[in-house]
Amino acid sequence: MKKIKKIKIKINGKFSRINENLTLSTILKQLKIPLKKVAIELNLEIIDKNKISKIKLKQNDKIEIVHFIGGG
Amino acid sequence: MEVVKLTKDKLIVAKKKFNSRLIVGTGKYKSMSECAKAIKLSGAEIVTVAVRRVNISDKKKPLLMDYVDPKKITYLPNTAGCFTSEEALRTLRLAREIGGWKLVKLEVLGDKKNLFPDMIETLKSTEILTKEGFKVMVYCNDDPLMAKRLENVGACAIMPLAAPIGSGLGIQNKTNIKIIRNQTKLPLIIDAGLGQASDASIAMELGCDGVLANTAIAKAKHPLKMALAFKNGVIAGRQSFLAGRINKFIYGSASSPTTGII
Repeated sequence: MKKIKKIKIKINGKFSRINENLTLSTILKQLKIPLKKVAIELNLEIIDKNKISKIKLKQNDKIEIVHFIGGG
Repeated sequence: MEVVKLTKDKLIVAKKKFNSRLIVGTGKYKSMSECAKAIKLSGAEIVTVAVRRVNISDKKKPLLMDYVDPKKITYLPNTAGCFTSEEALRTLRLAREIGGWKLVKLEVLGDKKNLFPDMIETLKSTEILTKEGFKVMVYCNDDPLMAKRLENVGACAIMPLAAPIGSGLGIQNKTNIKIIRNQTKLPLIIDAGLGQASDASIAMELGCDGVLANTAIAKAKHPLKMALAFKNGVIAGRQSFLAGRINKFIYGSASSPTTGII
Protein backbone atom coordinates (compact mmCIF):
# COMPACT_ATOMS: atom_id res chain seq x y z
CA MET A 1 0.00 0.00 0.00
CA LYS A 2 1.24 3.45 -0.91
CA LYS A 3 2.08 5.53 2.12
CA ILE A 4 0.24 8.88 2.27
CA LYS A 5 2.68 11.74 2.25
CA LYS A 6 2.29 14.35 4.98
CA ILE A 7 2.89 18.06 4.66
CA LYS A 8 3.51 20.71 7.28
CA ILE A 9 1.28 23.78 7.39
CA LYS A 10 0.65 26.55 9.90
CA ILE A 11 -2.87 27.38 11.08
CA ASN A 12 -3.32 30.49 13.25
CA GLY A 13 0.33 30.38 14.23
CA LYS A 14 0.42 26.69 15.11
CA PHE A 15 2.16 23.99 13.07
CA SER A 16 0.06 21.10 11.88
CA ARG A 17 0.89 17.96 9.86
CA ILE A 18 -1.79 17.05 7.37
CA ASN A 19 -2.19 14.61 4.51
CA GLU A 20 -1.02 15.80 1.13
CA ASN A 21 -3.59 16.93 -1.44
CA LEU A 22 -6.21 18.04 1.08
CA THR A 23 -8.22 21.14 0.21
CA LEU A 24 -8.64 24.21 2.36
CA SER A 25 -12.33 23.37 2.58
CA THR A 26 -11.62 19.91 4.08
CA ILE A 27 -9.34 21.36 6.74
CA LEU A 28 -11.86 24.04 7.69
CA LYS A 29 -14.58 21.38 7.94
CA GLN A 30 -12.34 19.23 10.13
CA LEU A 31 -11.77 22.20 12.41
CA LYS A 32 -15.55 22.87 12.45
CA ILE A 33 -15.07 26.50 11.46
CA PRO A 34 -18.37 28.40 11.05
CA LEU A 35 -17.58 29.83 7.62
CA LYS A 36 -20.17 32.61 7.76
CA LYS A 37 -18.55 34.10 10.83
CA VAL A 38 -14.91 34.12 9.74
CA ALA A 39 -12.47 35.44 7.17
CA ILE A 40 -9.64 33.32 5.82
CA GLU A 41 -6.20 34.26 4.68
CA LEU A 42 -3.78 31.94 2.90
CA ASN A 43 -0.18 33.11 2.76
CA LEU A 44 -1.27 36.70 3.49
CA GLU A 45 -3.89 36.69 0.72
CA ILE A 46 -7.59 36.88 1.54
CA ILE A 47 -9.43 33.87 0.20
CA ASP A 48 -12.89 33.97 -1.36
CA LYS A 49 -14.87 31.56 0.81
CA ASN A 50 -16.70 30.24 -2.26
CA LYS A 51 -13.46 28.95 -3.70
CA ILE A 52 -12.00 27.06 -0.76
CA SER A 53 -12.94 23.65 -2.15
CA LYS A 54 -10.70 24.30 -5.13
CA ILE A 55 -7.62 25.24 -3.14
CA LYS A 56 -5.17 22.39 -2.44
CA LEU A 57 -2.86 22.97 0.47
CA LYS A 58 0.90 22.86 -0.04
CA GLN A 59 3.91 22.41 2.19
CA ASN A 60 4.54 25.50 4.42
CA ASP A 61 1.19 27.12 3.68
CA LYS A 62 0.14 29.62 6.31
CA ILE A 63 -3.56 29.87 7.08
CA GLU A 64 -5.13 32.55 9.24
CA ILE A 65 -8.74 32.21 10.35
CA VAL A 66 -10.13 35.31 12.06
CA HIS A 67 -13.43 36.46 13.50
CA PHE A 68 -14.87 39.30 15.54
CA ILE A 69 -14.30 39.42 19.27
CA GLY A 70 -14.98 42.04 21.91
CA GLY A 71 -12.84 45.13 21.51
CA GLY A 72 -12.76 48.88 22.02
CA MET B 1 -42.06 76.37 24.39
CA GLU B 2 -40.96 73.96 21.76
CA VAL B 3 -39.92 70.61 23.11
CA VAL B 4 -36.79 69.18 21.53
CA LYS B 5 -37.89 66.17 19.58
CA LEU B 6 -35.04 63.76 20.08
CA THR B 7 -36.69 61.18 17.85
CA LYS B 8 -35.90 63.38 14.87
CA ASP B 9 -32.39 64.11 16.07
CA LYS B 10 -30.34 61.34 14.51
CA LEU B 11 -26.67 60.56 14.29
CA ILE B 12 -25.84 60.23 10.61
CA VAL B 13 -22.63 58.44 9.64
CA ALA B 14 -21.87 57.56 6.01
CA LYS B 15 -25.54 58.24 5.16
CA LYS B 16 -26.73 55.74 7.78
CA LYS B 17 -29.04 57.02 10.49
CA PHE B 18 -28.83 56.03 14.13
CA ASN B 19 -31.12 56.99 16.99
CA SER B 20 -28.41 56.71 19.62
CA ARG B 21 -25.40 58.99 19.69
CA LEU B 22 -23.52 56.63 21.96
CA ILE B 23 -21.20 54.02 20.50
CA VAL B 24 -19.86 51.41 22.89
CA GLY B 25 -16.89 49.10 22.77
CA THR B 26 -17.26 45.39 23.46
CA GLY B 27 -13.92 44.75 25.15
CA LYS B 28 -12.90 44.30 28.80
CA TYR B 29 -16.24 42.93 30.07
CA LYS B 30 -16.32 40.08 32.59
CA SER B 31 -18.44 37.99 30.25
CA MET B 32 -20.18 38.11 26.89
CA SER B 33 -23.51 38.16 28.63
CA GLU B 34 -22.54 41.21 30.70
CA CYS B 35 -21.34 42.90 27.51
CA ALA B 36 -24.65 42.19 25.75
CA LYS B 37 -26.67 43.51 28.71
CA ALA B 38 -24.56 46.67 28.88
CA ILE B 39 -25.08 47.32 25.17
CA LYS B 40 -28.82 46.97 25.62
CA LEU B 41 -28.94 49.34 28.58
CA SER B 42 -26.69 51.88 26.84
CA GLY B 43 -29.12 52.04 23.91
CA ALA B 44 -26.12 51.95 21.55
CA GLU B 45 -26.82 50.88 17.99
CA ILE B 46 -23.17 50.74 16.97
CA VAL B 47 -20.55 48.66 18.78
CA THR B 48 -16.86 48.40 18.07
CA VAL B 49 -15.38 44.94 17.61
CA ALA B 50 -11.87 43.59 17.16
CA VAL B 51 -10.61 41.13 14.55
CA ARG B 52 -8.63 38.28 16.05
CA ARG B 53 -7.66 34.66 15.39
CA VAL B 54 -10.33 32.00 15.92
CA ASN B 55 -9.40 29.77 18.84
CA ILE B 56 -9.10 26.48 17.00
CA SER B 57 -8.21 24.43 20.06
CA ASP B 58 -11.13 25.54 22.24
CA LYS B 59 -14.31 25.64 20.18
CA LYS B 60 -16.55 25.96 23.20
CA LYS B 61 -15.44 29.53 23.78
CA PRO B 62 -18.49 31.79 23.35
CA LEU B 63 -18.65 33.85 20.17
CA LEU B 64 -19.53 37.54 20.24
CA MET B 65 -21.97 37.05 17.37
CA ASP B 66 -23.97 34.58 19.49
CA TYR B 67 -24.57 37.31 22.08
CA VAL B 68 -24.73 40.48 19.99
CA ASP B 69 -26.71 40.04 16.78
CA PRO B 70 -24.99 41.89 13.92
CA LYS B 71 -28.36 42.15 12.17
CA LYS B 72 -29.71 44.26 15.02
CA ILE B 73 -26.58 46.09 16.16
CA THR B 74 -24.11 47.64 13.70
CA TYR B 75 -20.69 46.07 14.13
CA LEU B 76 -17.93 48.59 13.68
CA PRO B 77 -14.70 46.65 13.03
CA ASN B 78 -11.80 48.39 14.67
CA THR B 79 -8.07 48.10 14.14
CA ALA B 80 -7.20 48.43 17.83
CA GLY B 81 -3.77 46.99 18.48
CA CYS B 82 -2.39 47.84 15.03
CA PHE B 83 0.82 49.85 14.99
CA THR B 84 1.41 50.18 11.24
CA SER B 85 -0.66 51.09 8.23
CA GLU B 86 -0.06 47.60 6.78
CA GLU B 87 -1.45 45.88 9.89
CA ALA B 88 -4.50 48.13 9.91
CA LEU B 89 -5.22 47.61 6.22
CA ARG B 90 -4.86 43.84 6.57
CA THR B 91 -7.21 43.81 9.56
CA LEU B 92 -9.95 45.84 7.89
CA ARG B 93 -9.76 43.94 4.61
CA LEU B 94 -10.29 40.75 6.63
CA ALA B 95 -13.14 42.40 8.53
CA ARG B 96 -14.83 43.25 5.26
CA GLU B 97 -14.46 39.64 4.17
CA ILE B 98 -16.24 38.31 7.27
CA GLY B 99 -19.50 39.82 6.23
CA GLY B 100 -19.19 42.75 3.91
CA TRP B 101 -18.49 45.42 6.50
CA LYS B 102 -17.55 48.70 4.86
CA LEU B 103 -18.10 51.05 7.76
CA VAL B 104 -14.96 50.68 9.85
CA LYS B 105 -13.00 52.38 12.58
CA LEU B 106 -9.37 53.00 11.85
CA GLU B 107 -7.00 53.16 14.77
CA VAL B 108 -3.24 53.08 14.16
CA LEU B 109 -1.33 53.41 17.39
CA GLY B 110 2.11 54.92 17.68
CA ASP B 111 3.14 54.33 21.26
CA LYS B 112 2.49 51.35 23.52
CA LYS B 113 2.51 53.36 26.73
CA ASN B 114 0.20 56.26 25.98
CA LEU B 115 -1.62 54.60 23.04
CA PHE B 116 -1.61 57.83 21.10
CA PRO B 117 -2.40 57.48 17.40
CA ASP B 118 0.38 57.56 14.83
CA MET B 119 -1.14 60.25 12.65
CA ILE B 120 1.22 59.79 9.69
CA GLU B 121 0.27 56.11 9.40
CA THR B 122 -3.37 56.95 10.14
CA LEU B 123 -3.55 59.53 7.36
CA LYS B 124 -1.92 57.16 4.88
CA SER B 125 -4.31 54.34 5.79
CA THR B 126 -7.40 56.57 5.61
CA GLU B 127 -6.55 57.54 2.07
CA ILE B 128 -5.95 53.95 0.91
CA LEU B 129 -9.05 52.55 2.63
CA THR B 130 -11.28 55.30 1.25
CA LYS B 131 -10.04 54.53 -2.27
CA GLU B 132 -10.87 50.86 -1.66
CA GLY B 133 -14.47 51.81 -0.90
CA PHE B 134 -14.37 51.70 2.90
CA LYS B 135 -16.24 54.26 4.97
CA VAL B 136 -13.57 55.16 7.48
CA MET B 137 -14.26 56.58 10.92
CA VAL B 138 -10.87 57.72 12.13
CA TYR B 139 -9.43 57.70 15.63
CA CYS B 140 -7.08 60.67 15.86
CA ASN B 141 -5.51 63.11 18.24
CA ASP B 142 -7.23 66.39 19.02
CA ASP B 143 -5.27 68.33 16.43
CA PRO B 144 -7.48 70.51 14.19
CA LEU B 145 -4.92 70.51 11.35
CA MET B 146 -4.70 66.72 11.27
CA ALA B 147 -8.48 66.48 11.50
CA LYS B 148 -8.70 68.67 8.41
CA ARG B 149 -6.22 66.49 6.56
CA LEU B 150 -8.19 63.36 7.43
CA GLU B 151 -11.30 65.04 6.09
CA ASN B 152 -9.47 65.98 2.88
CA VAL B 153 -8.47 62.36 2.20
CA GLY B 154 -12.00 61.07 2.69
CA ALA B 155 -12.63 60.18 6.35
CA CYS B 156 -16.37 59.74 7.02
CA ALA B 157 -16.11 60.66 10.70
CA ILE B 158 -13.49 62.35 12.86
CA MET B 159 -12.91 60.63 16.19
CA PRO B 160 -10.51 62.60 18.36
CA LEU B 161 -9.41 61.24 21.71
CA ALA B 162 -10.53 62.93 24.91
CA ALA B 163 -7.44 61.53 26.67
CA PRO B 164 -5.32 58.35 26.34
CA ILE B 165 -7.35 55.17 25.69
CA GLY B 166 -8.63 53.66 28.92
CA SER B 167 -7.28 56.50 31.05
CA GLY B 168 -10.64 57.80 32.29
CA LEU B 169 -9.29 61.35 32.37
CA GLY B 170 -12.11 62.98 30.41
CA ILE B 171 -11.71 65.71 27.78
CA GLN B 172 -8.30 67.32 28.22
CA ASN B 173 -8.47 69.94 25.49
CA LYS B 174 -11.95 71.35 25.08
CA THR B 175 -10.66 74.23 22.98
CA ASN B 176 -9.25 71.96 20.30
CA ILE B 177 -12.43 69.89 20.23
CA LYS B 178 -14.44 73.09 19.79
CA ILE B 179 -12.13 74.24 16.97
CA ILE B 180 -12.50 70.88 15.22
CA ARG B 181 -16.27 71.13 15.70
CA ASN B 182 -16.37 74.55 14.10
CA GLN B 183 -14.27 73.56 11.10
CA THR B 184 -15.98 70.35 10.06
CA LYS B 185 -19.44 69.21 9.03
CA LEU B 186 -18.37 65.57 9.31
CA PRO B 187 -19.64 63.60 12.30
CA LEU B 188 -17.37 64.41 15.23
CA ILE B 189 -17.27 61.62 17.77
CA ILE B 190 -15.20 61.67 20.93
CA ASP B 191 -13.30 58.42 21.16
CA ALA B 192 -11.28 57.22 24.12
CA GLY B 193 -10.36 58.54 27.53
CA LEU B 194 -13.75 59.20 29.08
CA GLY B 195 -14.25 58.20 32.71
CA GLN B 196 -17.83 58.92 33.68
CA ALA B 197 -21.19 59.90 32.28
CA SER B 198 -20.65 63.63 32.79
CA ASP B 199 -17.61 63.42 30.46
CA ALA B 200 -19.98 62.25 27.75
CA SER B 201 -22.32 65.16 28.54
CA ILE B 202 -19.43 67.61 28.20
CA ALA B 203 -18.49 66.15 24.82
CA MET B 204 -22.05 66.53 23.60
CA GLU B 205 -22.31 70.07 25.01
CA LEU B 206 -19.24 71.01 22.99
CA GLY B 207 -21.28 70.13 19.93
CA CYS B 208 -19.91 66.68 19.19
CA ASP B 209 -22.19 64.34 17.26
CA GLY B 210 -21.49 61.34 19.40
CA VAL B 211 -19.35 59.60 21.97
CA LEU B 212 -17.58 56.26 22.08
CA ALA B 213 -16.99 54.58 25.41
CA ASN B 214 -15.60 51.20 26.37
CA THR B 215 -13.40 51.05 29.48
CA ALA B 216 -15.46 53.64 31.38
CA ILE B 217 -18.46 51.31 31.18
CA ALA B 218 -16.85 47.86 31.15
CA LYS B 219 -14.52 48.58 34.08
CA ALA B 220 -16.93 50.61 36.21
CA LYS B 221 -17.80 49.04 39.55
CA HIS B 222 -21.26 48.38 38.14
CA PRO B 223 -20.95 48.24 34.35
CA LEU B 224 -24.69 47.95 33.72
CA LYS B 225 -25.48 51.03 35.82
CA MET B 226 -22.71 52.94 34.07
CA ALA B 227 -24.05 51.88 30.66
CA LEU B 228 -27.38 53.47 31.56
CA ALA B 229 -25.62 56.52 33.00
CA PHE B 230 -23.71 57.04 29.74
CA LYS B 231 -26.93 56.75 27.76
CA ASN B 232 -28.49 59.47 29.89
CA GLY B 233 -25.30 61.53 29.91
CA VAL B 234 -25.21 61.63 26.12
CA ILE B 235 -28.90 62.53 25.89
CA ALA B 236 -28.56 65.25 28.55
CA GLY B 237 -25.50 66.72 26.85
CA ARG B 238 -27.15 66.71 23.44
CA GLN B 239 -30.32 68.34 24.75
CA SER B 240 -28.26 70.93 26.59
CA PHE B 241 -26.32 71.70 23.40
CA LEU B 242 -29.50 72.04 21.35
CA ALA B 243 -31.10 74.17 24.06
CA GLY B 244 -28.26 76.70 23.82
CA ARG B 245 -26.53 77.65 27.01
CA ILE B 246 -26.58 81.15 28.56
CA ASN B 247 -23.65 83.47 28.17
CA LYS B 248 -21.11 83.56 30.96
CA PHE B 249 -20.84 86.67 33.16
CA ILE B 250 -18.43 87.36 35.91
CA TYR B 251 -21.07 89.12 38.03
CA GLY B 252 -24.30 87.91 39.54
CA SER B 253 -27.72 88.35 38.01
CA ALA B 254 -30.67 87.87 40.37
CA SER B 255 -33.17 85.23 39.39
CA SER B 256 -36.07 86.89 41.23
CA PRO B 257 -37.59 90.23 40.16
CA THR B 258 -36.13 93.23 41.95
CA THR B 259 -39.49 95.05 41.89
CA GLY B 260 -42.15 94.52 44.53
CA ILE B 261 -39.68 93.53 47.22
CA ILE B 262 -41.34 93.77 50.64
